[in-house]
Amino acid sequence: MKLITAIVKPEQAENVKKALNKIGVDGLTMTDVKGYGRQKGHTEFYRGSEYEVAFLPKTKLEIAVSSKKYSKVLETIQKTARTGKIGDGKIFVTNLAAVIRIRTGEKGDKAI
Amino acid sequence: MMKIISRALVFVGTLLVTTAVFAAEAPKPVLNPGDAAWMLTSTALVLLMTIPGLALFYGGLVGKKNIVSTISQSFMITCVVTLIWFVCGYSLTFGEGGLVIGDLSKLFLKGVDVAALNTTIPETVFICYQLTFAIITAALICGSIVERINFSALFIFVVLWVIFVYAPIGHMVWGGGYLSKLGVLDYAGGTVVHINSGVAGLVAALVIGKRKSKARPHNIALTMIGASMLWVGWFGFNAGSAVAANGSAGMAMLVTQIAAATAGIAWMLIEWFAGEKKPSLLGMCSGAVAGLVAITPASGFVAPSAAFFIGLAAGVICYLTCTKLKSAFGYDDSLDVFGIHALGGALGAILTGVFASKAIGGTAGLLEGNAAQVKLQLIGVGVTLLYTAIVTYIILKVVDLITPLRASDANERDGLDLSQHGEQIN
Repeated sequence: MKLITAIVKPEQAENVKKALNKIGVDGLTMTDVKGYGRQKGHTEFYRGSEYEVAFLPKTKLEIAVSSKKYSKVLETIQKTARTGKIGDGKIFVTNLAAVIRIRTGEKGDKAI
Repeated sequence: MMKIISRALVFVGTLLVTTAVFAAEAPKPVLNPGDAAWMLTSTALVLLMTIPGLALFYGGLVGKKNIVSTISQSFMITCVVTLIWFVCGYSLTFGEGGLVIGDLSKLFLKGVDVAALNTTIPETVFICYQLTFAIITAALICGSIVERINFSALFIFVVLWVIFVYAPIGHMVWGGGYLSKLGVLDYAGGTVVHINSGVAGLVAALVIGKRKSKARPHNIALTMIGASMLWVGWFGFNAGSAVAANGSAGMAMLVTQIAAATAGIAWMLIEWFAGEKKPSLLGMCSGAVAGLVAITPASGFVAPSAAFFIGLAAGVICYLTCTKLKSAFGYDDSLDVFGIHALGGALGAILTGVFASKAIGGTAGLLEGNAAQVKLQLIGVGVTLLYTAIVTYIILKVVDLITPLRASDANERDGLDLSQHGEQIN
């Protein structure tokens, strides 16, 4: 089992979620986050005063998947989150030691 | 039919006779329901300018950890100034008194009954209407000192400031005091409200000092809502200053609209083509407010074409003071109360002397050959500026002896919402 953490542009998050639903991903967690990568920040002007905005808003998606499905999920996220412009985000994959469904006590792949 | 006509004739005849009698006896004030209705409406409009108008205008411009603090300042001031007005503020401003300040004849609004009149409207309405001006003037000052002022110090400051600064300036200009006897023109408060609050704000910003760090405005949309409420409320502010529902009120409304729109466009165009290369929402809002400020003393005295030039000048000059002058001198007039209100108010007061039209407000200005009016207007600006600066400075020093003017560094760092009010937005 793998845990996929995808940092994507907020405006792409809905597309990613829809595409993942289609390939049978039944659950994910979404968080509004701020950060910076190669895109860096930008400047804003208010009545002539300049403000450097270092951290940009992004959406973090966390998805637990079975080892069988995970390459398909990765491919889908990459395809739907990509705009080709700087700031599209990143995907991190980590090994998942255990998954437990709280209500039933099911474990492993069945609990995903 | 004949009966009706003859009755009507008798009625008209009686009316003519009574009018003639009144004219002969001269001013026995008579209630005019139309005037009273408009002034009741204007009062509500001007109160809406402060809560929630100004509160939102300022609230959107501060950082997220200081919005509760900023909007609660306007709300607290609305309550405190109302009580001061009731106790002695109205009497000190509009009581007969002398050249500088009124008297204590109407302490606790003594003698104000349901039949009392001020010109053609109930005195009760006049009291409320004028109160809303005192409220917004005090609330405007807060824009200079947001994100670091200690709430309890502000509370005491407002009490003293309304008594020792607002009341005398109001009396001198509108209450039959020195400046009104001199012939200084201020239709709706260029001196009393705008120069007054703007100068007090700058002095307070200098005494209290800069913020530790400048936060990015956290919600420009709130600021736009606030600016729009100010704009709409300004019809009560300027057209209401006719204290009647008449042609003067109508002209004041028209020039107000033209000046606000012109200044909004002017500020936006400068930013777009000369400054930051983008037409910003905050620029449009700031320009419109600057135009509203500048037309305030002139409304009721000038023609629509003059409103265009006053708006244009306000947009350009206030843009330059808020962006260039402020950074050149490095003072932290955080939300530009000095740049927009004091400068816009002074500009409007002086241009009133230039553009005043005898046909509209009864007094001629420079363009109609009365250069002396400009001199009078300069005296009005100068007296207000000096008096306000000196007395505001003294009040701040006195308050600082009672409780620190400035919130502690830790409070400022955590944000005044949580540290001073125990509340925050999520």
